[in-house]
Amino acid sequence: MSEAALETQGLSMSFGALRVANDIDFRLEPGARHALIGPNGAGKTTFVNLVTGALQPSAGRIMLAGHDITRLAQAQRVKRGLVRTFQITALFRGLSVLENVTLAVGERHGVGGDMLRPSGSRRAVIAEAYALLERLGIADEALRPVKELAYGRQRLVEIAVALGLDPKVLLLDEPAAGVPSAESGTIIEMIERLPTGIAVLIIEHDMDLVFRLARRITVMVQGAVLVEGPPQEIAADPRVRQVYLGEREPA
Amino acid sequence: MADAFAAAVSILFHGLAFAMVLYLVSVGLSVTMGLMGFVNLAHGVFAAAGGYVATTLMSRVGVPFAPAIAGGVLAAMIASVPLERWLYRRLYGKDELDQVLLTIGLAFMSVAAAKFVWGPLAQPFHPPPALSGQIELGFREFPTYRSFLIASGAVLVTALWLGLERTRFGAQIRAAVDNRRMAQSVGVNTSLLFTCAFALGSGLAALGGSLGAEILAIEPGYALEHLIYFLIVVSVGGLGSISGPFFAALFLGVADTGFKYLLPEFGAFFIYALTLVILLWRPRGLFGHA
Amino acid sequence: MTAETATPLAAAAVIDAFSRRHRLHWAEAIPWVLMVGAYFVFPDYLALGAQVLATILFGLSLDLILGYAGIVTLGHAAFFGTGAYVAGLLAAHGWGEPITGLLVAALAAAAVGFVSGAVVLRTQGLTLLMLTLVVATMLYEAANKATPITGGADGLGGMDVWPVLGFRFDLFGKVAYWYCGAALFASWIVARNIVHSPFGRSLTGIRENERRMHAIGSPVFWRRLAIYTIAAGMAGVAGALIAQTTAFVGLGVLSFDRSGAVLIMLILGGVGRLYGAFIGVPLYMILQDQFAEVDPVYWYFWIGLILVLVVVFAPGGAFGFADRLIRRLRRRAR
Repeated sequence: MSEAALETQGLSMSFGALRVANDIDFRLEPGARHALIGPNGAGKTTFVNLVTGALQPSAGRIMLAGHDITRLAQAQRVKRGLVRTFQITALFRGLSVLENVTLAVGERHGVGGDMLRPSGSRRAVIAEAYALLERLGIADEALRPVKELAYGRQRLVEIAVALGLDPKVLLLDEPAAGVPSAESGTIIEMIERLPTGIAVLIIEHDMDLVFRLARRITVMVQGAVLVEGPPQEIAADPRVRQVYLGEREPA
Repeated sequence: MADAFAAAVSILFHGLAFAMVLYLVSVGLSVTMGLMGFVNLAHGVFAAAGGYVATTLMSRVGVPFAPAIAGGVLAAMIASVPLERWLYRRLYGKDELDQVLLTIGLAFMSVAAAKFVWGPLAQPFHPPPALSGQIELGFREFPTYRSFLIASGAVLVTALWLGLERTRFGAQIRAAVDNRRMAQSVGVNTSLLFTCAFALGSGLAALGGSLGAEILAIEPGYALEHLIYFLIVVSVGGLGSISGPFFAALFLGVADTGFKYLLPEFGAFFIYALTLVILLWRPRGLFGHA
Repeated sequence: MTAETATPLAAAAVIDAFSRRHRLHWAEAIPWVLMVGAYFVFPDYLALGAQVLATILFGLSLDLILGYAGIVTLGHAAFFGTGAYVAGLLAAHGWGEPITGLLVAALAAAAVGFVSGAVVLRTQGLTLLMLTLVVATMLYEAANKATPITGGADGLGGMDVWPVLGFRFDLFGKVAYWYCGAALFASWIVARNIVHSPFGRSLTGIRENERRMHAIGSPVFWRRLAIYTIAAGMAGVAGALIAQTTAFVGLGVLSFDRSGAVLIMLILGGVGRLYGAFIGVPLYMILQDQFAEVDPVYWYFWIGLILVLVVVFAPGGAFGFADRLIRRLRRRAR
């Protein structure tokens, strides 16, 4: 069996008496288009937080391309290509769009700690950041502060920042959340056009999006994996239907 | 050997009394920090206010001990309401720096105001005859007032714990400290809760300040001079906790008394060093929330 | 919807504009013009002027950690005082050469900054704030009790400061003025460089959204520790300047009063603008002078009131006020 891009073994975590992650075994294949779904409070974002290092697990292992990263700090995991976006936009709101992405690209290039030369002198970094903005269609607002952008476009900046880090594994936490449907089309398109080399895991509630984008789906309930498989299987699974009782069923 | 034992008992006793005062003053700060996330460096002002009102009532107006203390507490609680509603509320959720500056500014103003009204000297504090002198506890004599301080401190701590664990008000506070948004969505009136919690914390501080006037003298610079100790109790204890600051106050009270007795040339230096070490090991405090 | 492709010309224009932000603006020459001008306009106040210049440097060092890295500290005087005492002790024990004294003081203060920062910066919020206060108070206690070394409460006297580059420190403060001015200028160049570098921009990122900085692979702790150390060294230079130009070091250099005062000075001018200290320090000293005339005992009250008013009505200090004014004028102009 080929090496997984991302893998967890027995990942567990408790908040006091509450088990928010219950012995999770998970595999993300290279180049995957994988969705993580489940009702509210199922522990999906907690899972992402554990995998990226924002939270420390009480048990289990996390492997990135075969390397054990369980003890690594968040920033070090990013350096190895494990990148995430946030469910609620987490950008540098007072800074310009271009600067947001430039900071990310600069860190990736390893020049983030340079104290001597002005940041403006690093034109290669800036040009690369700008190119990303062009790809995502937000280059026209490059110099505006992020907080002035429409929310849907801010979500695109999130994706630009993530791409600027040259991810091998990309975790998208509800990329279309809170975005008016008129703008979410662009976001979905951008996700579809992500390079095939990147392994993508999307957390989503919107079933249309999930079934359009995912080749594999994992369903989580109460901190544990319920079932996993290709979309048709998941759609037909009675347990999944039960979990979503009362929610809109996929077509 | 007997000398060392006697010294140890003394240190423990006086340290315990000091700890009670520190706890009473600081517990309100811990709750409001954990509840509203508000850095209130002017918290000591309420302790001083309670002390000033109580001592003035006792020495200038001739009010007996218990009502004077009650008067101090009441005055602080009443004063805290407009302060919280009109001034502090504006800065909830705002930059920590703004909160620090605002409350330091208020502390500065109170220091000058106290000096203006009461002069620069420490206020006289005379406990009633019933609580003065010495009392025999077991094998030796102890100052009566400090024994009273320890006893009432223990009673108050227990009442606080019960209040937090058993009453609805307490449950609401615990919920809101854990997760403010969740508490709001469950129907807790956080606005009213904050005002009440702040008033309670200020009242407790006033109680600590007035009862403890014998240990921490009531003078204009009170709020700023002892600020660092209140902050240590709250940080080492853990924000939002009621029990954490208790143990932190015990540690600080006994250790401070001990060090000052055994190594007076170094003053409070070792206390500060110990604080650094403890927080290096447990950055969130001993009982802090994750 | 296809992605908009901006023309190559527009792209280059944007990149150019972005890359040019660090270029010197003509207004940045104003402080130095004023500094030179003041020498000729106020010949009787040069000794005071030297103090102001040194204090501006102190404020500038605080701006680096407070305004740019977002570290709220109540104990910045720890580094100021360390620099002052080290420079003072050198001069009192036979080595009065000022410039080397400055460098040694800077190194000592930076060392204290590094060691204390390594501990303190692991915490956050109220705990961090409290620990900065603890460090400064520890040093104060140490200086207070170590009377044979520091002179304790009486202060450190007997300093013999040698001439700097051949210029003897005169009674009018002329040499002191240029000495402090030169040190401030050199430090300003360093500070400005840092602020505009990728490192400086990452500090702004840390202040804006620390969580995001971790998520882009930034070693947040080390960046903060680095600027904390540098700022500590700069504050040490400021302290050493005061020590050398007044030939005296008192306990006040390590006091909470000193930490509080420099914080207020910076707030009055505006944090995170690099020039906040240049405005706030003279403003504070003028205010102090005026209020001390009227009501010396209750200065505390007035400065406390000003602080409260600034926080509630004029956040961002002088710069913030100017920003809002300009915005309002622009809106009227439309």
